[in-house]
Amino acid sequence: MDEARTIGTTLTAARPQALAALLRYFRDLDLAEEAFQEACLRALKSWPQNGPPRDPAAWLIFVGRNVALDTVRRRARQSELPPEEVFSDTEDAETEVAARMDGAHYRDDVLRLLFICCHPELPSTQQIALALRIVSGLSVGQIARAFLVSEAAMEQRLTRAKARIARAQSGEGGVPFEPPGPVERAERLGAVAAMLYLVFNEGYSAAGDQAAAREPLCEEAIRLTRLLLRLFPAEPEIMGLCALMLLQHARTSARFDAEGAVILLDKQDRALWNRAMIGEGLALLDKAMRHRQPGAYQVQAAIAALHARAETPDETDWAQIDLLYGTLEILQPSPVVTLNRAVAISKLRGPEAALAMVEPLGDRLAGYFHYHGLRGALLMQLGRTREAREGFMTAISLATTSAEAAHIRSHLDGLK
Amino acid sequence: MFYALLCYHQEDVVCAWTKEEDDAVMARLGIVHERLAAAGKLGPAARLLPTTAATTLRKDQDPPLVLDGPFAETKEQLLGFYILDCADLEEALGIARELGAANPGGCYEVRPVGLFVDGGARP
Repeated sequence: MDEARTIGTTLTAARPQALAALLRYFRDLDLAEEAFQEACLRALKSWPQNGPPRDPAAWLIFVGRNVALDTVRRRARQSELPPEEVFSDTEDAETEVAARMDGAHYRDDVLRLLFICCHPELPSTQQIALALRIVSGLSVGQIARAFLVSEAAMEQRLTRAKARIARAQSGEGGVPFEPPGPVERAERLGAVAAMLYLVFNEGYSAAGDQAAAREPLCEEAIRLTRLLLRLFPAEPEIMGLCALMLLQHARTSARFDAEGAVILLDKQDRALWNRAMIGEGLALLDKAMRHRQPGAYQVQAAIAALHARAETPDETDWAQIDLLYGTLEILQPSPVVTLNRAVAISKLRGPEAALAMVEPLGDRLAGYFHYHGLRGALLMQLGRTREAREGFMTAISLATTSAEAAHIRSHLDGLK
Repeated sequence: MFYALLCYHQEDVVCAWTKEEDDAVMARLGIVHERLAAAGKLGPAARLLPTTAATTLRKDQDPPLVLDGPFAETKEQLLGFYILDCADLEEALGIARELGAANPGGCYEVRPVGLFVDGGARP
């Protein structure tokens, strides 16, 4: 890795902490971002000459803070040039600043920065885009490509989302800058975890030719979740979320064929699964379960772990998966969870029992691709060809990606 | 003499490597590993999972306390280790330099090994 690349990676890694601390100092997102940008430019000049600092985040916060203070003063003087002494702002204070920034501060700063992006009035796609822009520092172009929109459209979306946040921050409902209490902190963690899982799924649900462009979203979500877990090391649900992402992402290379068509779990070449990621996911889940505080992410990770542990599809422990979905139905009731449980039931007790579980969901899942896909597949197994065909046709009309539609079409071909 | 080469680096930096960057580092290290193994100098080596996967047992109290996370919050984390069979410190440092050229950033702590037990377990 050449030097510029190494510095680039270091800046990316330090960004959430540094930006979050600058936001606390200035209480203004634009100013904090500007300060961070300027600090990065100075790092690119200074680090190759003086070597990288021992604590890059502290360096960036210190330099960024001074730069932004200059900017604020200059603005206050209405573009009059500031006197020399403003620039010579205490040279050696860096170590002092670094010393004052203990883990607890970082922790709530980073959580606050992430939490601001999850403003409930922002639609989820905007929350994701905003987090990728602000926290991860992806360029507008990179985000636009991931969302398949033009750069101009994404720029506009981000500007609007930021303005919405700025309004909220200046009003009554703003996220306060004081350290949160335990209840508030737990609520923030929950909201941030949900947002990170959205980022992950935005990448994971992509298919075919879009999969490559969106894969970085999965990696970014995992990186930020690991960061969150380092800051809150004893939170079983954050361990569960991290495990869930790793166990799902481990299957990436096996999920699509050369033409970009979906390969279902039981048809995937398990040799292509990423064993290191699975190992880490299983280790995290193992740690989480010691806490005996079950939560939706841990249960979903446990289901993913049972798939990961099965060396062939036939070895899958469907009985255990059925039990886990049962737990998930209690923790997080949703017809989609019941639909997934029906898959386990079909393996355990056959298509008839599964169909009985699926049929009552028809009202609530009438517009859901996977409902019609699974129902069609169960009807097909039962030899009810005409109804199966109808189900598949409905599924195709609801498919959101060409890979989904192609997959159902292959079932239809089998029916003839 | 056996030396342990303890590999420290900022974990958030290593975790921010892309797959391509990670693969490139591992490929460069692989060349050094092969040479060391051929020369009979390479003992067990391990790359550790991130500290988020770590659990710490504090045994300075009874009963011992189990805590999530690594033993201490440090700026750089222990991410792996090598056991090397070297004639002296100079040779160990030479190997450390060679590995360092393949994987820049962070640092290696070179520690002579007092007792080495090869229990025979293999992952």
